[in-house]
Amino acid sequence: MDINVAQLFQTINLNVIMPEVILSVLGMALLLVNVFVPSKSKGYLAWLSLIGIIGAGFVAVTGWGTTVSSFNDSVVQDNFAIFFKMIFLLAAGLAVLISDQYMSREDCNHGELYPIILFTTVGMMLMAAATDLMTIFLGLELMSISLYVLAGFNRDSIKSNEAGMKYFLLGAFSTGFLLYGMALIYGVTGTTRIAKIASLVVQVGGAGNTMLLIGMFLMLTGFLFKIAAAPFHMWTPDVYEGAPTPMTAFMSAGPKAAGFATMLRLLLVVFPAMKAEWSDLLWILAVLTMTVGNFTALRQDNIKRMLAYSSIAHAGYCLVGFASGTATGTSGILFYMLSYTFMNIGAFAVIVLIGKKGEPNGTVMDYAGLGHKRPLLALAMTVFMFSLAGMPPTAGFIGKFYLFSGAVEAGYIWLAIIGVLNSAASVYYYLRVIVFMYFKPGEEEFDWFTISAPVALALVVSAAGSLIPGVIPSLLLQFAQQAVKLI
Amino acid sequence: MDISSVFFALVTVVAIVSALMVVTCKNPINSALSLVLTFFCLATYYAMLNAPFMAAVQIIVYAGAIMVLIVFTIMLLNIRVDANKKGSHQVALGSVMGIVTLLLTGLILTRGKVSQPVGGITSDMINKLGHTELIGKVMFTDFLLPFEVTSILLLVAIVGAVILAKRKLS
Amino acid sequence: MLGTYLPIMLLILVSLAFGLGSVVFSSLIGQKKFSKVKMAPYECGCEPIGTARERFPIKFYLIAMLFILFDIEAVFLYPWAILYKKLGVFGLVEMGLFVVILFVGYIYVWKKGALEWE
Repeated sequence: MDINVAQLFQTINLNVIMPEVILSVLGMALLLVNVFVPSKSKGYLAWLSLIGIIGAGFVAVTGWGTTVSSFNDSVVQDNFAIFFKMIFLLAAGLAVLISDQYMSREDCNHGELYPIILFTTVGMMLMAAATDLMTIFLGLELMSISLYVLAGFNRDSIKSNEAGMKYFLLGAFSTGFLLYGMALIYGVTGTTRIAKIASLVVQVGGAGNTMLLIGMFLMLTGFLFKIAAAPFHMWTPDVYEGAPTPMTAFMSAGPKAAGFATMLRLLLVVFPAMKAEWSDLLWILAVLTMTVGNFTALRQDNIKRMLAYSSIAHAGYCLVGFASGTATGTSGILFYMLSYTFMNIGAFAVIVLIGKKGEPNGTVMDYAGLGHKRPLLALAMTVFMFSLAGMPPTAGFIGKFYLFSGAVEAGYIWLAIIGVLNSAASVYYYLRVIVFMYFKPGEEEFDWFTISAPVALALVVSAAGSLIPGVIPSLLLQFAQQAVKLI
Repeated sequence: MDISSVFFALVTVVAIVSALMVVTCKNPINSALSLVLTFFCLATYYAMLNAPFMAAVQIIVYAGAIMVLIVFTIMLLNIRVDANKKGSHQVALGSVMGIVTLLLTGLILTRGKVSQPVGGITSDMINKLGHTELIGKVMFTDFLLPFEVTSILLLVAIVGAVILAKRKLS
Repeated sequence: MLGTYLPIMLLILVSLAFGLGSVVFSSLIGQKKFSKVKMAPYECGCEPIGTARERFPIKFYLIAMLFILFDIEAVFLYPWAILYKKLGVFGLVEMGLFVVILFVGYIYVWKKGALEWE
């Protein structure tokens, strides 16, 4: 047995994973800085992380338009990966911005938060860029394990502990499904490289091969858990409610997008021949997810729980675009995930500000009177709620429009109708927040918090991101279409 | 019946008895120690299947490290021997599951099709080049990136363990 | 095939025989004189004040978790050790990177005081 090191060396192109390398090195550096530089305030770590995230973003966009694979085809840099990397970096950047104020208030301002956010981002980026089952799995595990820690980061809060524990147990369980599916697919094809599996799917019998079919569905189960699609959504409300609010914001946007990224790459590249099978399944799951999410959200008073169920519903909308499998639908997912990152993290940023220590005021009713006491903040929240509800002229509207028109294009008229009806039902609970802010008399003065500079920046960016793609969607949509074209 | 069949039968008897002891022992520490024996039997199976690396990992990681964690958990929770009463519904459910699993296994063994191994790695290759060498070769060439990511994964796990379990932070 | 494992099996047999033999022989040939004092948990020192099965502090658990993680690192070293001549300098760099990343974790744990018995 010989190992041709020179040949191996030629397959390695470090530029492809440069954003990941930057964030990993920065994460390790910050980890050490945190223990070697004793400082009460951890704000400087947030700014350093932000610089790294922006730097990684710049490095990532330079590859736009090219397709380069590296590490012997285990990872690729293409428009699709870059688009999703931007979503992850954005989610990480916004989460970093709103963390310091919250963590200081809750007395759990440990510097390890920022390196772990960076490592989560590395995991998500690897998931989007991976073209090898093993790399996908390690990316997913890196993301998941970091998220378990982030969910339980507030050690003194029982709810946060519960969130971390629940997420860990159920997440590990779902990872088992995923890994089993991968093992079956490897058993059928004898390779873990996505391109090779794709070329073998038809040869081994496609949907007629039971082992391959079961493998595909088991893998899907693992990803459906990560995107919080029904019936694998049970963990979402408890975890979202218990986790520190900035981390809830992060995990509602980033990992969901990462799950969609890998699912899209897998189903569209590896299993296009089995579209009849997965498309029907996603049709049913989309309806189930939207309905369960929206109709449970209607009954929630706790705003974090409400947004958790809303996040389930949004996964359902994206599954509508996915089930269609058309370019309009899939590019709609990319567009929607990016917009969702802005509007959802924006909404959580407002929750971060309103909350008192320990978040005793976490219900929608506690927002009564905010519109008069803090008009600008209420205006921002209104923008986010409008966008989440999918009202024009926000990004949420355009995103839903493309998702549903993808379904219509593919002939799934009923799916689109159910989606629109669901969307209409969801307006109730989003508008309820606005009604409380503006039209209900409030006793609170909303004077216990100041908006720190990073949170203000996050709010401005999120509000802009929720509005601008809604008014001029063409540019972003063009990018999204270019991104899915390469698949 | 050659010597390796006899050996296999012996190991299997030990594996089944020790596995039964895991679920029947009254004292959880005894269950844990029986589990160590089960792990050793599994390692022997791996060795008999020409997978010595898996055998070594089974002993180093499972029988070694994981068992330490399980024993610590038992001592941390301080499960009393008498608290270990089994409900009858648990026995019923377990029996049903056991019978179903047994039937499924029987079905697979009698009716199942055995597919041919696919991919580049064959038994001859493993015999000729060595199991550990082959694993090392793909790990350090084809799966170089996942291998390096593993170290970051372990790093996150280390940091997470310290953050979540250390008594005093900062 | 099994022949290659003969030394290991012999080792297991010898250790089993030694362990069992010590117990069996000492009970066979030893003197048996029981008295109340001899049957007490300690022949000298303090009277036992409670059960030995007390709850363990969680710091044991932290150490055990860290042990597992570094143990898994060691597992990756085995295949590398077998192949390091063939992999050459490239393999050294690969493994060096792996170990350095985990070394960051080690320094973190050390400086954080997680190894201290607080």
